[in-house]
Amino acid sequence: MSATVTRRDGRGIFASTRHGWPMVVPALCVLCVMNLLPILWSFGISFYRFRADHPRLAPHFLGLDYYVELMTDDDVWERVSNTGEFILGSVSVQIVVGALLVGLFYRPFPGRRLILMLVLTPMLLSTVVVGTFFNFFYDPTFGFVAAIMRPLLGHPFVPLASPTSAMTSLIIADAWMWSPFVMLMLMAGLSSVPRELCEAAEIDRASRWHRFRSVIFPSVRGVLLLAVLFRVIESFNAYELVSAITNGGPGTSTETLSTQIYGTAFVLFQTGRASALANFSTFVIILLVNLYFQAMRQRGRAMGT
Amino acid sequence: MEQDDNHPLFRPASWGRTVGSALIGLAYFIPVLWMLLAAFKTRQDALAVPPKLIFAPTFEHFVSLFTGFEDGKQVFADGFQLYIFNSLFIASASVLLALGLGLLAAYGFARMQLPGTSYLLFYTLAMRMIPPLTTIIPLYVLFSKIGLGGSYAGLIAVYTGFNLPFAIWMLRSFIVELPREAEEAAWLDGSSRPAILWRIVLPQLRGGLAATAIIALVFTWNDFLFSQILSGSDTRTIPVAMLRVMGADFGTDWGLFAAAGTIYLAPVLLVAFFLQNQLLRGATFGTVTR
Repeated sequence: MSATVTRRDGRGIFASTRHGWPMVVPALCVLCVMNLLPILWSFGISFYRFRADHPRLAPHFLGLDYYVELMTDDDVWERVSNTGEFILGSVSVQIVVGALLVGLFYRPFPGRRLILMLVLTPMLLSTVVVGTFFNFFYDPTFGFVAAIMRPLLGHPFVPLASPTSAMTSLIIADAWMWSPFVMLMLMAGLSSVPRELCEAAEIDRASRWHRFRSVIFPSVRGVLLLAVLFRVIESFNAYELVSAITNGGPGTSTETLSTQIYGTAFVLFQTGRASALANFSTFVIILLVNLYFQAMRQRGRAMGT
Repeated sequence: MEQDDNHPLFRPASWGRTVGSALIGLAYFIPVLWMLLAAFKTRQDALAVPPKLIFAPTFEHFVSLFTGFEDGKQVFADGFQLYIFNSLFIASASVLLALGLGLLAAYGFARMQLPGTSYLLFYTLAMRMIPPLTTIIPLYVLFSKIGLGGSYAGLIAVYTGFNLPFAIWMLRSFIVELPREAEEAAWLDGSSRPAILWRIVLPQLRGGLAATAIIALVFTWNDFLFSQILSGSDTRTIPVAMLRVMGADFGTDWGLFAAAGTIYLAPVLLVAFFLQNQLLRGATFGTVTR
């Protein structure tokens, strides 16, 4: 950090912690009350058998029992693997579709702004509303997905009936919403490709593949990593989409950690158990955010800011 | 997305590209289009397979949204206007609070040389990204204990905490881009820090503040989980009302649902058009700007 400008009386504009703290403390206090405190409390709850719908029932201390139970519960591991499948599928589709969209939109052309609006709208929609509509699109009788697939397959198609096609349906809906985000990320990466390098590559008549590998990809790599981490974090938290489209079914084949936490907390009202599971998710997310933070700073350093 | 036209990667393309991308863009837009059309269809038309593109439009769903009656049957206790008001009121109050607190904190983090800034920033970002369900469970317990459950105050407090990390990161990313020289010159002329923030930083930050506010409004407008668990029947926001009232109680009435969705979507479409250049920054909480 550069030295700050100092007045004749020796007071620097940016150097005073005595005046700096009062700026950030109010916000930090609100964050402590609304975010940090609930997280700590959530740890407290997870040590007790406790039902939020029966506040009079005295909480029963269990210690780490719920954590032990969760680690050895096959159902929980199935949710973990469903969540992983969903993230892996959705994020990879998003990268492919996002890259294709970049190819379409990175150069300016007449009407680009208006057409981009069509593509950017999905990521601004409410997930739960999107989920409800996709649930309708996947309807075997009235939905257009079934209507398109029926003549192709030669038999009626029920998208949400089998575990694989239900998961695929979820992935398509999530990727539809978020591929444009990956597109925006990749575009930001493209605009940091140094102009001189591109011109040099053109003069050298480098092949397209070579140009992509040695000129374009190195500039895009950092931002692609950020996009992946960001989408992994958000997909990990996805609750609304899953609950609206499949509600975990058929059976429990698309039940994810988030839907499991919701069901345990607000359908079964096993508040303590749900908190233990939620804390496990928090732990995973903090690890991922840490990775994101480091990737971000690395990219910042690489770009010289 | 303003790019250098001389950059070999970004040479302008011709009208051919417009036609091709318009077709693909429209295909991408089909799910939204379906909803927009269904809002103006009668019940029979909305369920037709394949979907009808040409039909006699009707406004009956919009009328029933605001009167609460469809086909002589009551579908809402109060009109949809209550939920529009709730969404607007809760979102704007919490965004205003978050912007005020966030602006001060963002300036502190961006400019003042505070020890531990990078840890605090990490903590702030993590607060926003941890699963919302983790905080909702204890908040639900807390709110029902102290009587905040179902109240506007409780929801506004929750959404302020939800928007604050976003506001801090987003505004910080705009402040770091401002040149320090103007602030330093004013400091040497004897201005106080509050005066500098008010007269020098704020005027330059107008665009950034607007972008932050609008994107935070969209986030809050779209949120479902907090409102689903912590709101009461009078304080429900639009997405929760759409699901509760139209889904469960009466068997989904698609025309009505689509009409509500259309009203819900209108402001978001404007954002997608006018705020394209800030969308990426918004979606990454200010961590990726270019």
